[in-house]
Amino acid sequence: MKTQLTALAVAAAFAAGPAAADLVFPSLDYRTGPYAPNGIPVADGYADYFTLLNERDGGIGGIRARVLPCETGYNTEKGVECYEATKGQNALVYQPLSTGITYQLIPKASADGIPIHSMGYGRTSAADGTTFEWVFNYPANYWDGASIAVKHILDLNGGNIGGKKIALVYHNSAYGKEPIRTLEELSGKYGFELTLLPVDHPGQEQKSQWLQIRRERPDYVLMWGWGVMNQVAIQEAANIRYPMENFIGIWWSGSENDVEPVGGKATGYKALALTAPGRDFPIYEDLERYVYSKGLSAGAGDQHGKVLYNRGLYAAMLAAEAAKKAQEIHGVSDITAAQMRDGMEALEITDRLMASLGLPGFAPPFSVSCENHGGSGRAAVQQWNASSGSWSLVTDYIKSESGVIQPLIEADASAFARENNISKRCN
Amino acid sequence: MFEQFLFAVEVALNGFMAGVMYSLVALGFVLIFKASGIFNYAQGVMALFAALTLVGLMDGQVPFAHLINAVLGTEAHHFGWHLPAVLAILFTMAIMVAFAWAVNELILKHLVNQEPIILFMATIGLAYFLEGFGDLMWGADIKKLDVGLPQGINGWIDETTFNAFGYGFFIDNLDIVATVIAAVLVTVLVLFSQYTKQGRALRAVADDHQAALSVGISLNSIWVLVWSIAGFVALVAGVMWGAKSGVQFSLSLIALKALPVLMLGGFTSIPGAIVGGLIIGVGEKLFEFLAGPALGGATENWFAFVLALVFLVFRPQGLFGEKIIERV
Amino acid sequence: MIYREAGDFKTNYREDGRTFPIRFDRWAYFATLAVAFLVVPFVINDYWANAVLLPFLIYAIATLGLNILTGYCGQVSLGTGGFMAVGAYACYKLMTGFPDVNIVFHVILAGGITAAVGVLFGLPSLRIKGFYLAVATLAAQFFLVWLFNRVGWFYNYSASGQINAPTRTVFGVEVTGPTTSAWATYLFCLVFVVICAWLARNMTRGSLGRKWMAIRDMDIAAEIIGVNPLGAKLTAFAVSSFFVGISGALFFAVYLGAVEVGEVFGIQKSFLVLFMIIIGGLGSILGSFAGAAFLVLLPVFLKNVLTGTLGWPTDLAAHIEFMIVGALICAFLIFEPHGLAQLWRLTKEKLRTWPFPY
Repeated sequence: MKTQLTALAVAAAFAAGPAAADLVFPSLDYRTGPYAPNGIPVADGYADYFTLLNERDGGIGGIRARVLPCETGYNTEKGVECYEATKGQNALVYQPLSTGITYQLIPKASADGIPIHSMGYGRTSAADGTTFEWVFNYPANYWDGASIAVKHILDLNGGNIGGKKIALVYHNSAYGKEPIRTLEELSGKYGFELTLLPVDHPGQEQKSQWLQIRRERPDYVLMWGWGVMNQVAIQEAANIRYPMENFIGIWWSGSENDVEPVGGKATGYKALALTAPGRDFPIYEDLERYVYSKGLSAGAGDQHGKVLYNRGLYAAMLAAEAAKKAQEIHGVSDITAAQMRDGMEALEITDRLMASLGLPGFAPPFSVSCENHGGSGRAAVQQWNASSGSWSLVTDYIKSESGVIQPLIEADASAFARENNISKRCN
Repeated sequence: MFEQFLFAVEVALNGFMAGVMYSLVALGFVLIFKASGIFNYAQGVMALFAALTLVGLMDGQVPFAHLINAVLGTEAHHFGWHLPAVLAILFTMAIMVAFAWAVNELILKHLVNQEPIILFMATIGLAYFLEGFGDLMWGADIKKLDVGLPQGINGWIDETTFNAFGYGFFIDNLDIVATVIAAVLVTVLVLFSQYTKQGRALRAVADDHQAALSVGISLNSIWVLVWSIAGFVALVAGVMWGAKSGVQFSLSLIALKALPVLMLGGFTSIPGAIVGGLIIGVGEKLFEFLAGPALGGATENWFAFVLALVFLVFRPQGLFGEKIIERV
Repeated sequence: MIYREAGDFKTNYREDGRTFPIRFDRWAYFATLAVAFLVVPFVINDYWANAVLLPFLIYAIATLGLNILTGYCGQVSLGTGGFMAVGAYACYKLMTGFPDVNIVFHVILAGGITAAVGVLFGLPSLRIKGFYLAVATLAAQFFLVWLFNRVGWFYNYSASGQINAPTRTVFGVEVTGPTTSAWATYLFCLVFVVICAWLARNMTRGSLGRKWMAIRDMDIAAEIIGVNPLGAKLTAFAVSSFFVGISGALFFAVYLGAVEVGEVFGIQKSFLVLFMIIIGGLGSILGSFAGAAFLVLLPVFLKNVLTGTLGWPTDLAAHIEFMIVGALICAFLIFEPHGLAQLWRLTKEKLRTWPFPY
C-alpha cells in the first residue's frame, strides 16, 4: 500500500501542477453511472461554450478560460473528492449538477469562499442571499417550478382549478420532495386536490403508481423525476393512455432522453424549460465555425442542440457573464473566487445582452442582487413532438408566484441561519 | 366496495405480471447457482451488457468508438447499417457465448473448489469489469430499444372486463408478451434439462461436482454452457426491461429486484424463481395498494424483503430450496 | 531474517497474552501509530483528509464491524448501509437535541442505538442461515432507508429531508461543520479507529470471539459444547452494529457534513463494505483495514493517474478505472483467494526465512 500512497502523492502533485493564470471553471460532471445520459449533454455544453470563448474571443477579458472536468458519477463521496482536488486551483465557481453534492458543498464552499451556482437544482432557499452569501440558484428553483406548473394549469383552465385533482409523481429523495411544500400551499390557495405518489430509486417499476393514477384519474400529473424514472413514467403514462398534454414534468424530466425511448406515444408530453430548445440561434453558427468544425467539441459531439446541452451552454454563459461582470467591477482580468462572487451578485442579464451573445430569446432576462440570489423565477413550458423529434415552447416564460414562495424561502433560510449561527447580510 | 375489490384484483393481476418480469431476472441467478454454486452478482450487469450489445448491433454502432476516436483522432460513430432484430439477437447470443467462454477460461477455471464467498467475490470483480467494459464499448448514453414488442394497454382485456364488471382492467401488452416468453423459456429449459444429454449432464453437475467428474462429464464445458444460458436469460430480461425504459446503466439495477425473489424461492429451484417472483410481485403490489396510502407510499422495495423474511422464518431453506440437513 | 519469532521468549502469562505477542508486530504497530498520530497530522491537507484518509478511516470502522459479524461469526449481512444510516441519524438527532453534550458521547450513543437496532434485525438469524440470512438484513437496509426518508422527525422536518451537521467542538477544536481543519477531523476519526480496532482485536481473541468463531465454523457443534447460539449471534450483531453505527455517525458528522439517506446509505454502501471485507480477508482485523484501503484508495489513485498524469478524458478514465478495479479483484482472487490478509500472512512466512529459504 505504501508504494501506492507515494505514487498517489506524485499523481496528486501532477494534478495540482499548472497554476497558470487561467480562469478555472471546474465541471463536476458525470459521464458514467445511472445518470450519465443526462450528465453527458450538460457537461458537453458547459465545456463547448468555454471552448468557443477561448477560440473566438481569446477567453474572457483576454484571459483564457479553463474547464476542469472531474467525474463524480453522481456520487457524493466522489463529489467531495473532486471538490477537494480542484478547489486549490483557483476555482471560480462550482456547478455540482447534483442535489446531494450541492448540499454537501454549501457549507464547505461557503467556508472556503468559493461561490456555488446550482442552476435549477440544489437547495431552494439558497435564493435568499441574505443567508446564503456564496450560493446562487438563479434563474429559477424547484419551488418556482411547482408554482409555474400550477400557473400553467390555471391558464389552461381560465384561472379556476377549484376541485381539480393534481397528482405529483416524484423521485423519493431530497430532490423529489422539494415541491411538496409549495404544492400544498398552492393547493390550499386554489382549492385543488393534491395526491402524492413517491417512486423509489431507481424507479424502473412504477406499476402501482400508474395504476393508482388510472383509477383516480387526476386531471393533471406533475413529475419530479430523474434518470430512468422519467422514461418509465412517460412509458407507463402512454400505456394507461393518460392524456399526455396533462402530464407536466420539471425541467429535469424534459430532455430528449426522457421521451425518445417511448417513441410516438410520448407526443404531447410537457415539461418546464429554463431555456429555449433547439439550435436556431446565431451562437450555433459560431460554435460550428470555432468549435465543432475544428474537432474541439467535448465528448462524442453528438449532443448539440439537445435540451440539456443547451442548459449546459446556458450555465456556462451565465458563469462567463458573471466573470466579465467581476472583471468590470474589480478592474482586474485575473479574478479570484471572491471577486467572481461579486460578479455573480451583480449579474444582470438583459434581452440586449442575450442578443449580443448570439442567444436572442434563448432565456428570459433577470438580475441578481444581494438579497435575491434566485433570479427571475421564470420558466416556460415546452411540449414534445415525436414525429418531428423536437421540443417546442408552448408558453411564454411564466413568472412564479413570489407571494407564495418568498415566505417559504425566508422561513427555510432563517431556520438554516439559526441552526448555523449565520447573521443576515445586505443591510 | 365492489369497486375496491375490482381494483384489488387489477392490482394483483398487474403484480402477477410484474412478478414474471422479476422471475426473468431471477432465473439467470438460479441457473448459475444450481450448476456451479456461484451467486452471480454480475447477472444484472450481464443483462445490461447484453441489451447494450443488441442495440449497438442493431443500430450499427462502432464499438469502442469513443476510445478509438480519442486515440486515433478519428470521427467514427456508426457503420451506417441497421441489422434486423433477429440477426442482431443471434449475434448478441454469439457474443454472450464468447463471454461465457472467456469468464470460464480466465476466472472460473482458476477458482475450482473455492468457497462460495470467494466465487461470489469473483463475480463482483466481473461485475465491475463488465460495467466499465460495456460503457466503454457502447457509450453511456441512453439507447432506444425497438425489437417490435407491443406495449401499452391491452384493448381487448380492457373492453371485455369493462363490459363484464363496469371497470376495464389494465394489462400491459408487454407484460403479456413477457409472461408468454417466460413460460416458453421455462418449458424449454425444463425440456432441455430433462431430455438432452447436456441437460442431464447439467443436472448431474448440479447434484454433485465430483460424482459428475468421475463419470466423465466435463465441468468446463458444462459451466460454459450454463453461463451461456444465463447470458441468454440476461438478454431476454434486458430486452424486456429495456423496452420499458430504454437501454441505460440503470438496467443493471434490476438485479436488486431479483434478490427477494431468490431468497423466497430458493437459490436452487427454477420453479422457485417463478413462484417466488409471482408471490413477491403480487404481494408488494397489493401491500402498496392497501397500506401504501396510509404509510406514505414507496413501500415496495422493503416490503418485498419483509415478505420474503416472513416466509423464510417458517421455511428457512426457501420455498423450493433443498431441505438443509445438518450433521455434526 | 527480517520477520522473526525465534528468540522472542515470554517469562510470564501477562506477556504471553499481549495484543501483539511477537516483538516485530508490536514495533510495527507502535511505529504505525506514531506516524499516524505524530507525523500525519502535521503534513495533512484538505485533499488528503477529505478524499483519502477520512473515508479510509471511517470505512475501516465499518469493515471492522462487518468483519466481526460476517468474518468471525459467519452471519452474512447486507444491511450495513441501513445500520450506518441509523448511526448517522441518531447522531444528528442527538447533536441537535442536546447541543451542550460533547460530540464524542453523541457518536458513542449513536453506536449504542445502532447496536439495539442491529440486535432487533439480528433475531431472524436464529432461524435463517447462510445466504438466506441476507434477506433479513436486506429488509433492514430497505426499511430503514425508507423510514428515514419518510418520517419527518428524523430530519427535523427540513424542506428536502437532508440532514446537516452543525458545528461541534472537542477540547475547543472544531471537528464537525464547515470550518474544521483537516488535522482535527483526521485525529478525531483516528482516535475512534484505534479504539475500535483495539476493542475488536481483543474481543475476537477472548471468549466472546471464540464463541463467535465456534458458531461460524459449525453452529450445531458449538451448541453441543455449550455455546449459546442466541447469545453468540446476538452479541455479534450488537457489537458489529455498534461499530457500524459509529462509522455511520462519523461518516455523516465528520466526513460528509450533509447527508441524504437514499443516496449515501443505499444498498450500494452495504455491498461496498461487504466487498471490502471479502477482499481484505474474512475474519481478520488487518484484512478489514487492507480491504477498506484497497477500495477507497485504488479508485482515487487510478483516477489521479489516468486523468491527472496521463490526461485522459474523464469518462474514458472512469470506464477504464472500473475495468481495472474489476480485473484486479479477479486477479487477486486467483492469486490469493483468501484476501489481502492471507497475502500478508504468506509474505510473513517468506520473510521469516528470507534470504535463505529452504
